[in-house]
Amino acid sequence: MANDLARWQFATTSVYHFLFVPVTIGLAFLVAILETAWYRTDNPDYKRMTRFFGTLLLINVAIGVVTGLVQEFEFGMNWSTYSRFVGGVFGAPLAMEGLAAFFLESTFLGLWLFGWDRLPKRVHLATIWAVSLGSVLSALFILVANSWMQHPVGYKMNKAGQPVLNNVWALFVNPTFVWGYAHVILASLITGALVMLAVSAWYLRKGQHTDSFYRTAKVALIVLIPTIVIQLSVGNQLGVIETHYQPMKIAAAEGQWNSCKPCSFSAIQTGGFSQSDQNANKIIPIPHLLSVLATGTWGGGVTGLNQLQAQYQQRYGPGNYIPNVAIQYWSMRVMAYLATLILLFALWGGYLLVRGKLRTARVFLWLGIWAVVTPFLMNTAGWLLTESGRQPWIVQGLQKTVNANSPSVSATDIWISLSAFVLVYIVLGATDLVLMLRYSRRGLAQAEAEAAEPSAGAGAPAPALTY
Amino acid sequence: MQLHTIWFIIIVALWIGFFVLEGFDFGVGMLHRFVGRDETGQRVAINTIGPWWDGNEVWLIVAGASMFAAFPGWYATMFSALYLALVLVLAALMFRGVSFEYRGKRHDARWRDVWSWALTIASALIPLLIGVALGDLLNGLPINQQHDFTGNFGDLLAGYGLMTGVTLLVLCLLQGATFLALRTTGDIRDRAHAAGLRIGAVAVVVNIAWVVWTLVVIGGGTVPEPTQIFGLIAVIFATVLAGTAQDGWAFAASSFGIAAAIGQIFISLYPSVMVSSTNAAYNLTVNNVASGHYALIVMTIVAVLFFPIVLLYQGWSFHVFRGRITAPPASAETPGAAGQAATGRLSTAGPSGGSTSS
Repeated sequence: MANDLARWQFATTSVYHFLFVPVTIGLAFLVAILETAWYRTDNPDYKRMTRFFGTLLLINVAIGVVTGLVQEFEFGMNWSTYSRFVGGVFGAPLAMEGLAAFFLESTFLGLWLFGWDRLPKRVHLATIWAVSLGSVLSALFILVANSWMQHPVGYKMNKAGQPVLNNVWALFVNPTFVWGYAHVILASLITGALVMLAVSAWYLRKGQHTDSFYRTAKVALIVLIPTIVIQLSVGNQLGVIETHYQPMKIAAAEGQWNSCKPCSFSAIQTGGFSQSDQNANKIIPIPHLLSVLATGTWGGGVTGLNQLQAQYQQRYGPGNYIPNVAIQYWSMRVMAYLATLILLFALWGGYLLVRGKLRTARVFLWLGIWAVVTPFLMNTAGWLLTESGRQPWIVQGLQKTVNANSPSVSATDIWISLSAFVLVYIVLGATDLVLMLRYSRRGLAQAEAEAAEPSAGAGAPAPALTY
Repeated sequence: MQLHTIWFIIIVALWIGFFVLEGFDFGVGMLHRFVGRDETGQRVAINTIGPWWDGNEVWLIVAGASMFAAFPGWYATMFSALYLALVLVLAALMFRGVSFEYRGKRHDARWRDVWSWALTIASALIPLLIGVALGDLLNGLPINQQHDFTGNFGDLLAGYGLMTGVTLLVLCLLQGATFLALRTTGDIRDRAHAAGLRIGAVAVVVNIAWVVWTLVVIGGGTVPEPTQIFGLIAVIFATVLAGTAQDGWAFAASSFGIAAAIGQIFISLYPSVMVSSTNAAYNLTVNNVASGHYALIVMTIVAVLFFPIVLLYQGWSFHVFRGRITAPPASAETPGAAGQAATGRLSTAGPSGGSTSS
């Protein structure tokens, strides 16, 4: 019971946290681009847009940072057996993240926010790039840690039966990490671009500040088109890597109960999601596609769940080693199908942009406003696929989730904390959403007023009242 | 020196950095409603820490992550033992963190009041609860042979832990008052001076009581340790200087006082990192909870590479925003104290700038 609740809590807080993280990473990069454009061209439009999207970024960073604190504390609070067991390997990238990334991100965010009138233009531009670098680095270290749970490397077992780090470099060249990191950074850029596009599209449809928001729509599309194209192939490659290191994860994602060669892809199916109901009604099977997706070859074979289960039982002893097939199957499809739609949408936008019709393309702009929902669905689905697919392991092959929670923390304790976090998250999330929407709609005037506000007299040593 | 010991010292340094830096953030958070009596005054107070509080908070994150990396057993036992207390700390950290950003995002007096109170309460809860936690490390908690906590929430609230929490809360208040005096002008600075004197007097008394209690807990005799004496002298200095124009020295003395208090807790602990009240043989020590040698070497290299850089750019950030903050002209031109005396405390509900003050 306590274990299940601890899992629910970690899943809830992680999914929630990761609604904000990709927006931060993506928007920090895009705001840096806007400020660079201002620096290069001296066009005040770019400065206004930098401040406008900068404020959206800040509202979002505030909640991303505080929910990240919960994540860091949770390992020790809810998963003390895990922390004790793997801390000698897993803790290192976390500490590196704090030292190399969090200090950078937060210190320079302060400098950027408060430094508008106090730093030379060039230095101010450098601060937002430092923020962007910090956000990208923090993702790097946390994914090094996460990838180690998916595919542990660079360790040996000591006499007490605990993994001990013996090659730190291996953690950073772990193929699961390399491809997973690329996947997450691209997903973040896509998220940021779709947020920027949605806000811009809203203004373009309203016919307000169209010159400014045409520029940002353009920047968003220019970032979106290549990233979504690359993302589809990176995601595909990550699938091949995972087929190799975590075959259960991919077999479950395809609902493939028995080995096949070559393998057809089930585009959509009903049934076939549990051991007692293995016969799926595959509504649209596509020959050879699964072989291509999972192995990168035309006729490659995929080992089925039943065969893997037998292998694992032989290797690790009795137990159920099959993750939740329905979660795997549907999260994979949500991610892949939405990504395909976004690809088509982005190409359509590119076409409109080239033809000079973007400003007045009402249907496209309407879709652009609503497309902002999709990256959040894809990001959540992606993490469900990755983490639920790792089950029953907390660290693949080394420790089971069921053995990893804190013995001293009772189900009652977790009920209290889970309710508290959910309550706080609802309050914060609702506030955040209201502020983001409000500011998106009215903020431009405010951004201009703020930009014009005298900072206690020109040349005075006092910093402006920013908060 | 052994790597274990080096990492223990690094972690102590991180905790000290956290309390010195976030100490004034918490203090300002607790005091901003009282030294800044109108909206402008509150904004001035909050903006004294505006560019820095986020970076200061990272000291806590890195302290926690370093414990995880260097002493996984310590991190595991401490964080799971303090479970419900940490839930409260996290909730407070969350509300405080967003309050800065959310408070000014709507021009609505009630909205601002809500977030302003959230900032005040959260800023008090965090040092209090973390203080309780640090006191518990030294005072001892029921911990079994497997290093698992066997007590309940009530065990966390032992007298010495509570006393440590109150001490750190008061020291953070002093830190905030001396910091506000250093960073503001006019009425706000005057009120910060007055607050500093009163808080300082309380801090001296509380600190003496805490030092005595600590001596009892560690049972090492009746002679106070040098850290305790110097820390106490620093707090007295900070109090004496708090009412004077020596704002820089008062703040420096207060910082030294809080650093000494944190340092003392860990010095008394070493070589243990958590005391078991069940059986001294079950104490967690730097030796029985540390990571492997290789991991510690890697972490040491990373720390040697990155720490100087972090100190450099955080120092630069402090340098960039070093000036005193003055209220915007609109309210500065009105005869501040008199105008506020006339409108009374209700002026918090009015629009910013005080342009309509009668």
